[in-house]
Amino acid sequence: MIRINCPVCGSRDENEFTYGGDANVVRPAMDEAETGPWLDYVFMRDNPRGPHREYWHHVMGCRQWLMLERDTLTHEIGDCILARGVA
Amino acid sequence: MRIAGKGLIDRSAPVSFAFDGIGYSGFEGDTLASALLANDVRLVGRSFKYHRPRGILTAGSEEPNALMTIGSGAAQDPNVRATVQELYEGLQARSQNRWPSLGLDLMSVTDLAAPFLGAGFYYKTFMWPRAFWEKLYEPVIRRAAGLGSLSGENNADKYERAYAFCDLLVIGAGPAGLMAALVAGRAGADVVLADEDSRMGGRLLAETYKVDGVPGAAWAEQVLDELRGMDNVRLMTRSTVIGAYDQGTYGVLERVGHHGPRADGAPLETFWRISTKRAILAAGALERPVAFQNNDRPGIMTAGAVRAYLNRWGVSPGRAVTVFGNNDDAHRTAHDLVAAGVHVAGLIDSRHDAPTSDDFTVYRGAQVCGSAGRQRLESITIRTTIGEENLKTDCLAMSGGWNPTVHLTCHMNDRPTWRDDILSFVPTPGSVPGMTAAGACNGAFSTAACLNEGAQAAKQALADLGLKAKGIDVPVAEDTPYTLEPLWAVPGKGRAWLDFQNDVTVKDVKQAATENFRSVEHMKRYTTQGMATDQGKNSNVAALAVLADATGRGIPETGTTTFRPPYSPVAIAALGAGAQGAGFAPKRYMTSHKASVERKAPMIEVGLWYRPSYFPTEGETNWRQSCDREVNMVRNSVGVCDVSTLGKIDIQGPDAAEFLDYVYTNMFSTLKIGRTRYGLMLREDGYVMDDGTTARLSETHFVMTTTTAGAGEVMRHLDFAQQVLRPDLDVSFISVTEQWAQFAVAGPKSRELLDGILDSPLTTKDWPFMACGDVGIQGIAGRLFRISFSGEHAYEIAIPARYGDSLFRLLLAKAEALGGGPYGMESLNILRIEKGFITHAEIHGRITAFDIGMERMVSDKKDCIGKTMSERPGLNDNNREQMVGLKPVGAVKQLTAGAFLFENDDDPVRVNAQGYVTSVGFSPTMEYFMGLAFLQNGPARYGETIKMVDHLRGIQTLCEVVPPVVFDPTGGRVRG
Repeated sequence: MIRINCPVCGSRDENEFTYGGDANVVRPAMDEAETGPWLDYVFMRDNPRGPHREYWHHVMGCRQWLMLERDTLTHEIGDCILARGVA
Repeated sequence: MRIAGKGLIDRSAPVSFAFDGIGYSGFEGDTLASALLANDVRLVGRSFKYHRPRGILTAGSEEPNALMTIGSGAAQDPNVRATVQELYEGLQARSQNRWPSLGLDLMSVTDLAAPFLGAGFYYKTFMWPRAFWEKLYEPVIRRAAGLGSLSGENNADKYERAYAFCDLLVIGAGPAGLMAALVAGRAGADVVLADEDSRMGGRLLAETYKVDGVPGAAWAEQVLDELRGMDNVRLMTRSTVIGAYDQGTYGVLERVGHHGPRADGAPLETFWRISTKRAILAAGALERPVAFQNNDRPGIMTAGAVRAYLNRWGVSPGRAVTVFGNNDDAHRTAHDLVAAGVHVAGLIDSRHDAPTSDDFTVYRGAQVCGSAGRQRLESITIRTTIGEENLKTDCLAMSGGWNPTVHLTCHMNDRPTWRDDILSFVPTPGSVPGMTAAGACNGAFSTAACLNEGAQAAKQALADLGLKAKGIDVPVAEDTPYTLEPLWAVPGKGRAWLDFQNDVTVKDVKQAATENFRSVEHMKRYTTQGMATDQGKNSNVAALAVLADATGRGIPETGTTTFRPPYSPVAIAALGAGAQGAGFAPKRYMTSHKASVERKAPMIEVGLWYRPSYFPTEGETNWRQSCDREVNMVRNSVGVCDVSTLGKIDIQGPDAAEFLDYVYTNMFSTLKIGRTRYGLMLREDGYVMDDGTTARLSETHFVMTTTTAGAGEVMRHLDFAQQVLRPDLDVSFISVTEQWAQFAVAGPKSRELLDGILDSPLTTKDWPFMACGDVGIQGIAGRLFRISFSGEHAYEIAIPARYGDSLFRLLLAKAEALGGGPYGMESLNILRIEKGFITHAEIHGRITAFDIGMERMVSDKKDCIGKTMSERPGLNDNNREQMVGLKPVGAVKQLTAGAFLFENDDDPVRVNAQGYVTSVGFSPTMEYFMGLAFLQNGPARYGETIKMVDHLRGIQTLCEVVPPVVFDPTGGRVRG
């Protein structure tokens, strides 16, 4: 039961959001023809114990994709910013 | 027995109630437990495992013995603690776990077999034969042991959920909590004060101390009066804070309706989520019993409980009371009883230096080592330095010391800290961010210390909140030191009970240690100590002290088991409030819903939507008749179907076309204005995500449709693609699914029908297949798309949703005049299977464009999401299961979705499976059962005969592999 400080809507209950996965992955350039970087992007994930940068979607609110720092061990919530333009 | 002049009950308001069918009387302000004790009822329950007679042990929510069933029928509420249940007129309580009656419980024979039934007995005994466990042993054991039961009827009670926000949540309204709330309230903080009791004051209501010169209860009332007058303070009685969660979120169960007969409209319980910036835990402490032989006889209670019954409810649980303890606090019980005129037959203190008294005999350095009596206490055996003696008594008040209520501080994974001076665990500071413990739950037991810690904690919280405390005068109160010596279990033969609720003895814990279940967590599971409704509140510390002793370790090294939410039991109904029955999921109705229901169309759920299954007409007795008729109707004249549930996304902006090229496999930038195109969408991993048509209304304006099931996922995907992957594109979009009602008008007479309602007739030149554009519908601006999901000459007509109902009725009237009518989901499905059109039955997440023969739709002129990944060799291999049609050719004509496909000669076992069936239906057009399936190398195998096997339903059908499109393969009708 975490609360997320949406930059648009303010502090909101976790129920309004859906999780969107690891935000550290970097999408290969569109013209990347090798499958290797794509496989890394689509399938390979670290499983860190501690701080984690991840995507959350404020699906029941402003519908913005957010980038959130969350500690996987303590559930502590850090910065939350709009994902737009960051990746 | 009632004591004149004592208690906070209203003696002018008598209340009658019944226990096991016998009528009794109590007073307003009583709990069921205090009223039963006032009526001299001692035997109130049978123990879980051995069916031993049990009486009331405590005066609070930690009660392990006095569990009762309140009410009957659907409203029957089992395992209610009599110590928490407030008395009301007409209350009906029943004892549990006994047969045929509480006094004569035949199941108590298990107690005679107790020497064989110790810890681990079941694990060791019922091992063979293996199958007997589930079928025989477990059901029999479960029937013999147990708690109360539910009625099995549908629960009509209402539960609610609620949310609250505050600066400071104060948990518990004893001296520490009241003081904290007062300081924070006066400083202007937004305060919620929650207490599980019906009346706030905590131990102040149960003691005789004075605070600032007035009785504690009176001081509490003064503080509450002041708090009630503050707009920034909310008081929540009967509200248990059951869990501490992340970032200052707390779960709180409010018992709204348990203290009276069921009231119409009011909920029984409300589950709150309170989000607070700071919290002060002032949950108090729980007294622990002492283990000695037969310490579970009705009449043996905790000393603090005896004092509470005397001082708060004006009840003495006995006429000749004895007290047994290892600490000074136990002496208060004896003093209070004497002051109230109750005979104290003796005080047994294990300490050699215990204080003495002129009012009663003090046995120093002595212990109680046994009890006697039939279903109630009659005497105890005392072991002193000079020998053993018996003492007549009908109530023993025992105290092994007090355990701070540390539970909530451990809910975020931290462990409490052992303090040797008070022989208890106390909260580890910082265990729950933003929460501070104050008062008895922090190991500060005197009233003065509680008041002081409450004030200090509030001051700190105010500083954190940027507020300033003002006018703190901590009142004068008793500050007696609390001294005790260790006393966990009195040595001796026979069974000394640690956990009353689970019938766990000192011997059981020792046996667990002997059998190497030395970890406290293992001991708990092996003996069941600390399980069930009280979660070991009365027994945990003593049990682990015994375990520490048996394993030669100290208590701190032995550690505690994990405290998890909820603090006290919560009904699932309260957690799931609002989600019972129809409230479980929202219902989405189309604008045609009413008209469809009027035509007696059975509705089926499609996601959250309700769609008509078919429209029965006169004389039709089953769905197949209706479905076949509707299919023929569409193929021969015209049908109308509400397709508003499909996702509709309005996309606008200078870069809208480029955005669509990015998310769809095929080109949309080349789409002409006024035309519609079918599009295929992939996930990043290259598999098919969704499909649908997108219409171009202008250079910069598109309307996309998605499948009904995929609408939410597609919208989320587009949000991500636009915001995160392509923020450079100037494009905006929004879901307009609910803003537009959209109807398919399909069949050879569809144009004739539309010409009858559109403001200007359709021409072949302006409205070829896949055309789209604005139309006037009886003067209303709408849209028309010449698209088809049936393979017929067809249109979809869209109108603002507020006109949906009237347009649907108008379309039906016009259709019926042409020999057509409405059609539902069943016939829609047949029409699309005949044409080999896919739905999410086919694109179920493991399907590539190649598998459905659409690999050429992945444009090589541009990039799109999922393109590179879709080109992986394994996703384009001929041996993949690919989409085909099936036609039965043997004696059995039935096809079933989910069945597997095998070579005719192969054994129908998993390793031989070559594919599976996704969609089936009887085609009245082709006059046979057809199916869509995925088959290895399918398109190369047209004409082969294969075997369909449905293991679940026991059906085996020989089929010919055919192309997926069986009707009008050249598509002449759709263009006509």
